[in-house]
Amino acid sequence: MSAILETKELTKTFGAVTAASAISLSIEEDTVVGLIGSNGAGKTTFVNLVTGYLKPTSGTIRYLGRDITALQPRQVTRLGVCRSFQIPQVFDTLTAYENLLVGVGIAARHGGPRKDPEEAAEEMLQRFGLDRFAGAPAGILPEGVRKLLDIAMALVVKPRILLLDEPTSGVSSEDKFALMDLVLGAIRADKVTVLFVEHDMEIVRRYTQRVVAFYEGRVIADGEGAAVLEDPEVRRYVVGEAAPAVRPC
Amino acid sequence: MGDILAVLIDGTIYASWLFIIAAGLTIVYGVMRILNMAHGSLYALGAYAAASLVGTWIRGGHPPLFSYALLLAAAVAVGLVFGPLIERGILRVVYGRDEIVMVLVTYALFLILEDAIKLVWGVESYFVSEPYALLGTVEIGPLTYPVYSAALVLAAAGTGVGLRWGIYRTRYGKLLVAVIHDREIAAALGIDVRKVFLVTFTLGTMLAALGGALTAPTVSVVPGMGVETIVLAFAVVVVGGLGSMPGAALGSLIVGLVRSAAVHFFPQVELFSIYLVMALVLLLRPRGLFVAAEARKI
Amino acid sequence: MKRLDRTTVALLASLAALLASGPLLPRWALFLLTVSLAKGLVVLGLLLLMRTGLVSFGQGLYFAVGAYAAGMMPAADGLLLLLGGGIAAGAVAALCGLLLARYRGIFFAMLSLAFSMILYGLLVKTSALGSTDGFNVQARALALVPAGGPHGRYALFALTAAAASIAAFALHRFFASHLGRLAPAVRDNELRVEYMGASVRNVVHLNLVVAGVLAGLGGALTALAVGHIDPEMAYWTTSGEFVFVAILSGTASVLAPFLGAIVLELLRSFAYEYSPNTWQLVVGASMLLVILFLPSGLWSLFSRWRKALR
Repeated sequence: MSAILETKELTKTFGAVTAASAISLSIEEDTVVGLIGSNGAGKTTFVNLVTGYLKPTSGTIRYLGRDITALQPRQVTRLGVCRSFQIPQVFDTLTAYENLLVGVGIAARHGGPRKDPEEAAEEMLQRFGLDRFAGAPAGILPEGVRKLLDIAMALVVKPRILLLDEPTSGVSSEDKFALMDLVLGAIRADKVTVLFVEHDMEIVRRYTQRVVAFYEGRVIADGEGAAVLEDPEVRRYVVGEAAPAVRPC
Repeated sequence: MGDILAVLIDGTIYASWLFIIAAGLTIVYGVMRILNMAHGSLYALGAYAAASLVGTWIRGGHPPLFSYALLLAAAVAVGLVFGPLIERGILRVVYGRDEIVMVLVTYALFLILEDAIKLVWGVESYFVSEPYALLGTVEIGPLTYPVYSAALVLAAAGTGVGLRWGIYRTRYGKLLVAVIHDREIAAALGIDVRKVFLVTFTLGTMLAALGGALTAPTVSVVPGMGVETIVLAFAVVVVGGLGSMPGAALGSLIVGLVRSAAVHFFPQVELFSIYLVMALVLLLRPRGLFVAAEARKI
Repeated sequence: MKRLDRTTVALLASLAALLASGPLLPRWALFLLTVSLAKGLVVLGLLLLMRTGLVSFGQGLYFAVGAYAAGMMPAADGLLLLLGGGIAAGAVAALCGLLLARYRGIFFAMLSLAFSMILYGLLVKTSALGSTDGFNVQARALALVPAGGPHGRYALFALTAAAASIAAFALHRFFASHLGRLAPAVRDNELRVEYMGASVRNVVHLNLVVAGVLAGLGGALTALAVGHIDPEMAYWTTSGEFVFVAILSGTASVLAPFLGAIVLELLRSFAYEYSPNTWQLVVGASMLLVILFLPSGLWSLFSRWRKALR
């Protein structure tokens, strides 16, 4: 398997603040990678840089060997790199069905699958279990459903790599696993590479093959899930040390 | 040489007039996020009120020297009456709606006020030139200028300094800055945002009326005088950056000098030179000259 | 062919009713309807822009361009004048759109206002076009029917009604198409649109051109109906009136702008007769009332009434 995404010395500074510092990562195709780190560690900045929302101060980003560093988000999306957002970005006054219809229409115009758009939107609704919300305006849907819709929108354009920004944040504990199962199950067949930012270590443990830990804009650990989560620096800055057990008198 | 001097002086005088009007517009937008399209009508109200007050005073045979105080009094009166009236009566009802809806509300207000003025004062023009004529003229090199224009420049400078001191040196000014930055957090800190809005809008109205009151002695006060003014004021605040006081000052200066240059050298383009400048500035600096930094959204 | 939907049926019925009743209407009513429908075209363009999340205070620019373009081709048939007006306005919109498409909200409103005032200034200073007086316009013929007289007036009315119906129908189909669906998407969440791979700038630019063309058509027709054009058509208060009608009608249906325009023209005729100095007050007060109590415009009254009937 070759590297689908490669960043070299990716750096982003905002004046005196270094949001990303010399990040060099190589992501293999068809893997699931977890990005962990405390707030402000640079995980979302990384996603913003890769998807073209931010221009790096220095460093390069390569996707399938092609330099995508200077591209706009819409160009990056058309190449097959999609993302979902921490706060779901959907079209509030349109129904869930119409949301997906818009996405399918855009995908069709830029080299996406040329199916009947209504059918494709219906199919997406069903795949994500959203059909009972089809006629409801996205603005009034519960947060968990909006998150699902946001992720479904990212997948409408049939990306090869999907970046999810805190997919389970704002979702109740009992629904978190269901959501991840649903999302990862829906894309299994298409061999999509997944990177997701997550704070819930259970989710990270369960779904990832590889974990990258961030701290103050740098990568402090990168490797197999269990090993990274045991790493002392990671325990100190990200996971948190286990609290000492309380002994009964 | 005389031409350049004329352009500079004329430009400065015009810029002063623009600044007094733009300052009111800016402070209301900065604090309340409302672009008040009725600002021009409030300017006109100030002019009419001043004309009536001074006119009655002069006709009563009283000393014209006191008319200057009356000009200021007219502006303050208009501010104290119409500021709370509009803010409490209409704006308060539509707070929280989209910025553009607020523009439409103030546009409706502008239409109402324009006709209200006609109903109260009629359609004939008013003339109160005494405060202007009284100060006589002064010679600057080959040019002759009315001393009254210096009063205008002083008023603008005074407004600028006063606002700067008020905002940065007083406790109330600090509350204003807090509300400008984040209305919700300011409220959470216990700041009475509604009172701040009331005071701000009243101040903005007073400034508009001041512009009108100071203009009254130099022109014939007629219906519709606020209409052209508001478009000019918009150009100034858009060039300077919406909500920025230094922007309003710089914008006034730029627009004033450009118009002055146009009047002297290319009179054909006078009418739209200002809008051309606005379009040009926006091409280079899409949000105006002074822009507040924006936090990340995603 | 799919079954015709409600709006299409309503459009066809309205057109038929207008064409049939035309010869029976008194002259003032025919004139009022012609001018209303022409102005309704401008407001239709505003409807499109409002669906895209933009409020333009400068449609007067394209309205005037359409009118002046029509006025400057005196020997042509009314149909050609219409075409010329639309194309000229579309070209200007394409040009202005290069800058305008970058802006939203208040900036967009003010910049569009500024552009229309630039044209106003230009027109006022151009003595060849009559500066503030403007000049008279008269077509030789309208779709080969000689202008002037009851036949000519009916021909103009029919032309206007047809233009309005076709434009409304076209926009109706547009909203059901992919490009049309992008408009509310852009309004709701530009970031998402970009992140799906579409260019927001292109969507806005396209819609600006369409709205410009519609305003130009409206301008050309108004010029023919009134017989006179002047720079006032580009003044920002003219644009403000179009915005008022758009607020009044709401954005729910492509028929609404025309109804709103008719209401405005009726209101104007009566208000002017009784009290010319309070016309603006009436408009302003109505606008406030609509914003406060009927945020979806008068059309929402109509749809509430229909729901109540079920």
